[in-house]
Amino acid sequence: MKKFWVFFFMLVPVLALWSCIVAPGYGWWFPGSDGPSKGVAASPLGRRIDDLFYMILVITTITFIGVQLALGYVLWTGIRRDNREGDVEKAWFSHGSHELEVIWSIVPAAVLLFIALYQMDVWASYRVKTHFPEEVQNKPMAEVTARQFEWRIRYPGLDENGNVLPLMPDPQPTDLYAVNDLHLPSGRPVMINLKTQDVQHSFFLPELRVKQDAVPGLVIPVWFEADKSGEYTLLCAELCGWGHYKMKARFVARPEEEFIPYLRELTKQQSYDGVKEAAAQ
Amino acid sequence: MSSISTTADALHGHDAHGHDAHGHGHAHTQSFISKYVFSTDHKVIGIQFLVTTLLMLMVGGALALGVRWQLAFPWESMPIFGTLFPMEGGQISPDFYTMLFTMHATVMIFLVIIPVLAGAFGNFLIPLMIGADDMAFPVLNMLSYWFMWPAIGCFGMTFLCAGYGAAGGWTSYPLLSALAEAAPGSGSAQTWWLFGLTFVGVSSMMGSVNYMTTIINMRAPGMTLFRMPLTIWSMFITAILQAFALPVLTAAGFMLVADRILGTCFFIPAGIVVNNAEPTVGGGQPLLWQHLFWFYSHPAVYIMLLPAMGMVSDMLACMCRKPIFGYKPMVYSLAAIAGLGFIVWGHHMFTSGMNPALGMTFMVSTIMIALPSAVKVFNWLGTMWGGKIEFNTVLLNCAAFVSMFLIGGLSGIFMAAVPVDIYIHDTYFIVAHFHYVLFGATLFGVFGGITFWFPKMFGRLMNEPVGKLHFFLTFIGFNGTFFPMHLLGVAGMPRRYANPFLYEYLEHLLPMNQFMTYSAILMGFAQFLLLGNFLLSIKFGQKCGRNPWNANGLEWSAPSPPGHGNFDVPPVCYRGPYEYSHPDCPEGQDYWMQTDPRGRKKRPDDLAGGNAAAPAHS
Repeated sequence: MKKFWVFFFMLVPVLALWSCIVAPGYGWWFPGSDGPSKGVAASPLGRRIDDLFYMILVITTITFIGVQLALGYVLWTGIRRDNREGDVEKAWFSHGSHELEVIWSIVPAAVLLFIALYQMDVWASYRVKTHFPEEVQNKPMAEVTARQFEWRIRYPGLDENGNVLPLMPDPQPTDLYAVNDLHLPSGRPVMINLKTQDVQHSFFLPELRVKQDAVPGLVIPVWFEADKSGEYTLLCAELCGWGHYKMKARFVARPEEEFIPYLRELTKQQSYDGVKEAAAQ
Repeated sequence: MSSISTTADALHGHDAHGHDAHGHGHAHTQSFISKYVFSTDHKVIGIQFLVTTLLMLMVGGALALGVRWQLAFPWESMPIFGTLFPMEGGQISPDFYTMLFTMHATVMIFLVIIPVLAGAFGNFLIPLMIGADDMAFPVLNMLSYWFMWPAIGCFGMTFLCAGYGAAGGWTSYPLLSALAEAAPGSGSAQTWWLFGLTFVGVSSMMGSVNYMTTIINMRAPGMTLFRMPLTIWSMFITAILQAFALPVLTAAGFMLVADRILGTCFFIPAGIVVNNAEPTVGGGQPLLWQHLFWFYSHPAVYIMLLPAMGMVSDMLACMCRKPIFGYKPMVYSLAAIAGLGFIVWGHHMFTSGMNPALGMTFMVSTIMIALPSAVKVFNWLGTMWGGKIEFNTVLLNCAAFVSMFLIGGLSGIFMAAVPVDIYIHDTYFIVAHFHYVLFGATLFGVFGGITFWFPKMFGRLMNEPVGKLHFFLTFIGFNGTFFPMHLLGVAGMPRRYANPFLYEYLEHLLPMNQFMTYSAILMGFAQFLLLGNFLLSIKFGQKCGRNPWNANGLEWSAPSPPGHGNFDVPPVCYRGPYEYSHPDCPEGQDYWMQTDPRGRKKRPDDLAGGNAAAPAHS
């Protein structure tokens, strides 16, 4: 029965490893540009985040297996010591070892410090404004306002020559609007201004590994880049009320040359008064 | 038992401590009510806390099963709950679902884990383990228990409010929690919830003050700081954490109540329009709540973990017949975890929009908190290494504690790394992580602790086969429920979604959610074994003497169960708390009790080094 318990505890690492190995096969892994199961992030920064994840995964897996094996070993030898009937062996009397303490403090400290410093870079390029790609610095392409329970999108309109106007902090007469449907160019970094009108929400693009809370009273710039054209899920990741789960929207990325025609189409729809044909741009 | 030392009592002036008519066969002069209900005896209060928290564990578990039901069978009518609450067709509505997980977390954190560790074990063990006759402030102690009930009442009230109760998540981020229009559960239920929070806070604070004073002032002669068992160290450090962190939460709670009732705007910025209501006048900042809330609630994670760490250390040493490997590093790492715990709260807010430079600071401090935790794990393994291990319920639960804490700790590194946290924040990965720490580690530690100290509480042993079966089923159910959550998180399933399968990229996760729900049901029903074992063993358990585990702490030199003054002979402490398998141990025994004067080195500081009893008690 004692041996049973040792095997029982050793089931944990075995099952944990097994489930992590088979998981991608069942699609229980990162969502990505090529469907839920393949797990390759659809943006360059997303892939750097994934790489960090895998690096930590390797380090923690090694630690996990090592410590679980050590646990199994000490439990197993503990049985042996207890089983010698008649000649009961005493436990090893030791108050510890200074050398071991030093080793198992310094080694993890070094590893942890490495993890901490190694990723600073990714964080900086994700969030620190001065590290944003040059294309997007102070050039938001849309304003996304979260609201219970939808995403309201405001694009700057087009001028007479068909060029995109800069996005103003306040709504302009030329602005274009959409709900739950964010269209932006693919293949280049883009930036949005994130706001909320009521409670706190969170802008989450799982396939691109982008997440940013929308905080009442703040305007937060968020940049991302979709490598490939396509439709991505946009959802809310911060509890915002009973309808939190249904704050579903899509992010459509398509080549830059198709973006201005989209805005033109929006202009057409919005200026249509229902009677006469809208003036062609 | 009536021979409880009257000399000691007379010396210590019990009446001044609030014990009425004590010292002459106290049992005869106390009415049932003052002995068992409004008791000032730390042991009775500890047991009151224990029974209350076990009942609350069942309530919190039932709420969790409601959450799990919805995730496995979205919108299908639910058994039991469906008939208990007026829900259409027994279905769980989205606002009811939101209430379920909010109240599950609230009950589990504030009414189960914090009070079971600090309230139940802290109260029961601290005076016994340091050789005191009671807490420093027994009446305050009694109040700390009875303040739980207004809290339970307030939290209960939220179930009766319109909109099915508080539904802002246990974190209650404003503005969801600040504006009544924000959600069905943001009305009066949220106010009741905040009052409940205040009452638990008051209860914890009373305990905290009491523990600190007791541990500093009332140690038996010879019980120096570094002869204290790790349980006491952990309780001491936890009490300090509570004393410094809790006022912040209470203040934040009052500010939020003021925002809700008095029309202040601490957390409400201008121009907010919720549900087409009038735009609010404001000037507040919702991030302020997050900072204040996590300034308490991150240290609270350690309030929910450190005492279990201490208890497990004591139990492992005893069950392996070994001294703790590296006693002082264990103490220092407890202190380091607590100290670092105060400067890492921002890691809950990496995606919140605070200054990114702060994000880096919080990341480094958070990652460094893994270091003392690692030292503790290695030291536990060192303690078992070369031990003579007895595979009883206590040991199994402690080994599970180490193993599960390892998983919870390692998954913590993922979220400490800010860029990775961007993705996994608010997904099920987080849920997996904190359940591994709070259930996998803390609750297994508590289950072990209940079994280990039950003989001291009631003079009887708990049933061993039932205990093992409970452990076996709980362990399987626990891992079946929570391990897959890591995968759900990696797959991007967000927390707090009433129906995540609305999203195409999450549809295929439904079978896994069903598997987890079955595991959760198994785990839930296994808890009846614990409850049954606990209640029946009080009456029918095998009787045992003072020291059934051959342990060497001071508490085992008292009668089982101890009388009102605890010790029949005022204890004197002669050595450290972990002298198992010492080569010089007396013939036929492999441990040396702390009260055993034989074989001790004659050192001048033996008695003077501790806190001498007389000044402390006068």
